[in-house]
Amino acid sequence: MNIPFDHYMCSRLLWRSAHTGGTEIVLSRGFFGNRRPEPTRPIPPGQYLEDGFPVLSAGPTPRVDLATWDMSIEADGETLGKWDWEQLQALPATDMHVDIHCVTKWSKQDTDWRGVTIDDLFESAGITEPPGDYVMAYSDGGYTTNLPTEDILDGKALIAYEYDGEPIEPGHGGPVRLFVPHLYFWKSAKWVRGLRFMEEDAPGFWEAYGYHMYGDPWKEQRYAGD
Amino acid sequence: MVEWQVATVKRVLVETPRVKSFGLDVPDFGRFRAGQHVDIRLTAPDGYQAQRSYSIASAPEGADELQITVELIEDGEVSPYFHDVVREGDQFELRGPIGGPFTWTVNQGGPLLLVGGGSGVVPLMSMLRRRAAREGEPVEAALLYSSRSLDEVIYRDELERMAGEDQRFDLSLTLTREQPPGWSGGARRVDMQMLDGVIDRLGEPGMSYVCGPTGFVESVASLLVDRGLAPETIRTERFGPTGT
Repeated sequence: MNIPFDHYMCSRLLWRSAHTGGTEIVLSRGFFGNRRPEPTRPIPPGQYLEDGFPVLSAGPTPRVDLATWDMSIEADGETLGKWDWEQLQALPATDMHVDIHCVTKWSKQDTDWRGVTIDDLFESAGITEPPGDYVMAYSDGGYTTNLPTEDILDGKALIAYEYDGEPIEPGHGGPVRLFVPHLYFWKSAKWVRGLRFMEEDAPGFWEAYGYHMYGDPWKEQRYAGD
Repeated sequence: MVEWQVATVKRVLVETPRVKSFGLDVPDFGRFRAGQHVDIRLTAPDGYQAQRSYSIASAPEGADELQITVELIEDGEVSPYFHDVVREGDQFELRGPIGGPFTWTVNQGGPLLLVGGGSGVVPLMSMLRRRAAREGEPVEAALLYSSRSLDEVIYRDELERMAGEDQRFDLSLTLTREQPPGWSGGARRVDMQMLDGVIDRLGEPGMSYVCGPTGFVESVASLLVDRGLAPETIRTERFGPTGT
């Protein structure tokens, strides 16, 4: 898809007028922008393109032993499904070629990920109905993040174990991270060990520090109230 | 709700050849904790906007201005603007404070271990300034600061003055690329031996804060875990692009 630049600018300005509530825009004297490299398709407001792959984590990278690694799906204190590393690898693999957007402002285009969809995990565990309207992903190292269940179903999310054809590096969340590319990347929990379904929404790690409960980059939902 | 506000530049400080600090007047900036950051937003005449995050360098209390410190990234978009264009009286949009786990308050106690690489020292400086401003005896603290050369050490005068006046603050500099003649400090990347030396003088840290480029933070945090520090007492903040 190739959207002409004028359309791209136009959508940005429309977005802005809708979100600033008529307050005066402060122009930055002598700032004209240096939009390099030019996006091949629009990126969300306030984002810039990044060639590298920056890392955002609040603590040391956890040490994960694949021999004892497993991940679970839980609801109401019960384990509905559990997979070790080999069992996860044996499930159908799904590839996603998408752009990713971090709340710290960088976006990266045309990234490739492989993993198992939550739909396939459900099928493997014999789960026919989502066990709750919301889900808390939890990780080694104590990280958590909350999402609406519908945002991880219908092929919208992966339990990912490969990036760009290689195992995901530990710093980027390997061996296994949740991958939900249509939301800011903090929702794609690194080092994921399980999904705990719940009836009511509840804040995860960054959300408890004032980050947005949903985190749609196209609506620039960075922080609570955005 | 973190609202955009207008910041006015009160003064520009040249810290090093590649680093400047900006003292800002932000009338309604709320209370913040040392270690937090702000988002800034620049707007071009055609409506194009760019946003970036910068750590707060000033202390939460006792400072009459909000200060950010910006390192020049040559092929960057926002830092060259700050370095080449911004002068006293300029205005831009800012919102904050933002950030949670990478913060320190005086009641968290000590000993406090700070390990910074390059401009990763900025949020650590906010913590040290906060600590220095407290009444009564400050907690034991150590800063291990890795820089490429002495010229690139940010806040050097202030850090050395702090270390000279405060028996409970231990400053260790290590210069990884270039050392001046007669240099007695570290002359290599942060390693276990260096951390051992700092922690031996400091005592087992109650909290550790590590900030710098991704590779630096990965390496230092991993060494601290190897040394037996509890992972939940180690807070990290990584910045900048990586090669991967």
